[in-house]
Amino acid sequence: MSAQTKPVNQAPRERAGAIWLRYAAPLAFDPLAARMIPWFFAAAVLFGIAGLYIGFFVAPTDAQQNEVYRVIFIHVPAAWMSMLIYLVMAMWAAIGLIFNTRLSSMMASALAPTGAMFTFVALWTGALWGKPTWGTWWVWDARLTSELILLFLYIGFIALQAAIEDPRRADRAGALLAIVGVVNIPIIYFSVRWWNTLHQGASVSLTSAPKMAATMLTGMLVMTLACWMYSIGAALWRLRSIMAEREGISVVEAD
Amino acid sequence: MGSLLLRVMLRDLALAWRQRADVLSTLIFYVMVVSLFPLGIGPEPATLRVIAPGVLWVAALLAAMLSLSRLFAADHADGTLEQLLLSPHPLTLLVLAKITAHWIASGLPLVLMAPLLGVQLGMQAADIGVMALSLALGTPVLSLIGAVGAALTVGLRGAAVLASLLVIPLCIPVLIFGAGAVDADAGAAAYFSLLGALLVLALAGAPLAAAAALRIALD
Repeated sequence: MSAQTKPVNQAPRERAGAIWLRYAAPLAFDPLAARMIPWFFAAAVLFGIAGLYIGFFVAPTDAQQNEVYRVIFIHVPAAWMSMLIYLVMAMWAAIGLIFNTRLSSMMASALAPTGAMFTFVALWTGALWGKPTWGTWWVWDARLTSELILLFLYIGFIALQAAIEDPRRADRAGALLAIVGVVNIPIIYFSVRWWNTLHQGASVSLTSAPKMAATMLTGMLVMTLACWMYSIGAALWRLRSIMAEREGISVVEAD
Repeated sequence: MGSLLLRVMLRDLALAWRQRADVLSTLIFYVMVVSLFPLGIGPEPATLRVIAPGVLWVAALLAAMLSLSRLFAADHADGTLEQLLLSPHPLTLLVLAKITAHWIASGLPLVLMAPLLGVQLGMQAADIGVMALSLALGTPVLSLIGAVGAALTVGLRGAAVLASLLVIPLCIPVLIFGAGAVDADAGAAAYFSLLGALLVLALAGAPLAAAAALRIALD
């Protein structure tokens, strides 16, 4: 079918595509990334300050948990990011595997440590939150357990890529692992939920979400934005290092 | 095609038979790990009976991980794996044949040994039957998922540990449904159905993924 389309129609589409594809080349993307990174970090700081201000000074004190609940402003965004980044990472890795674009695979590798960091932050703040409210650092609850397994998946991805010396093989092996992981995540999540509902009594109910004041939600969403900006900035930063290492692009020269 | 599958499988089984010590060491590892639990936890029969299904399953998972590195390593070392990749036959099926042989050599002995260990831990006869059946359904899934990890890490330094690191999180559902079947008050049928579903999924997906991983590794 594509053979019969007129060349007149094809020309503009190719040009539009070429603009995007131009940045698929590390050499072309590096200066762009260098220009974007400060903006993303600045936005992260601004949103972070605004979010923390709303969280600590504007949002009302919780009736049951007093001030302790305020860890929610970092805990929930971190948990959201941890799951989102795995999906985004797997997406970039898959694009790299399918279209053989080096930059996509590098993006996946650059995202993995940030995702693992957010998973760890979610677990850590969850423990800090759990101690005063439930009286224990850790509960074998379905969500906590799934988050822990997610951390294992991140560590597996990073460890596999670190163990392979040839970068192209590392990219593709990591991509395959990430795709297998994404296919497995729903199975793991539901099996853990099934296991949890059978084994654990109703000692702690995490699923009944209390009504949330509008300011609390605003604070959480602003903090999530801050986390987004930070993740993009950090991933681009790491991406530039990977590009410099693999492609020999001089980092100093770029600005 | 069927005869090809059979031939690859019989070749791998013959190789496993000639290196019986390897197969045996996995089995002995299984027995040893299970024996460690009473020593670590204490000899109270009531406690042991409660933890027995979980212990037998976790030990089986560890033993399966231990045997993973044998799946492709020897063939990789002597160049057989490259010949398999070059052959005109679908690699997915060749991999499936290798996984089947690997399960017969390393998974099946665990299934057969488990009832004996169950008796040792004071499990009841009916529970032992359920547990053996759950292992029979679950260990092939471990071999299938494990093959993906083994293929991804073939030829790497520290491949055995790395493969376990990659595969263990993916095996958690098998462990949950396998060990859960014994405790199930409502009856083990639901767990067997779920284990069967995992087996079907793994049969459909894992050989494909493992074959793709081998192509990446030997590119």
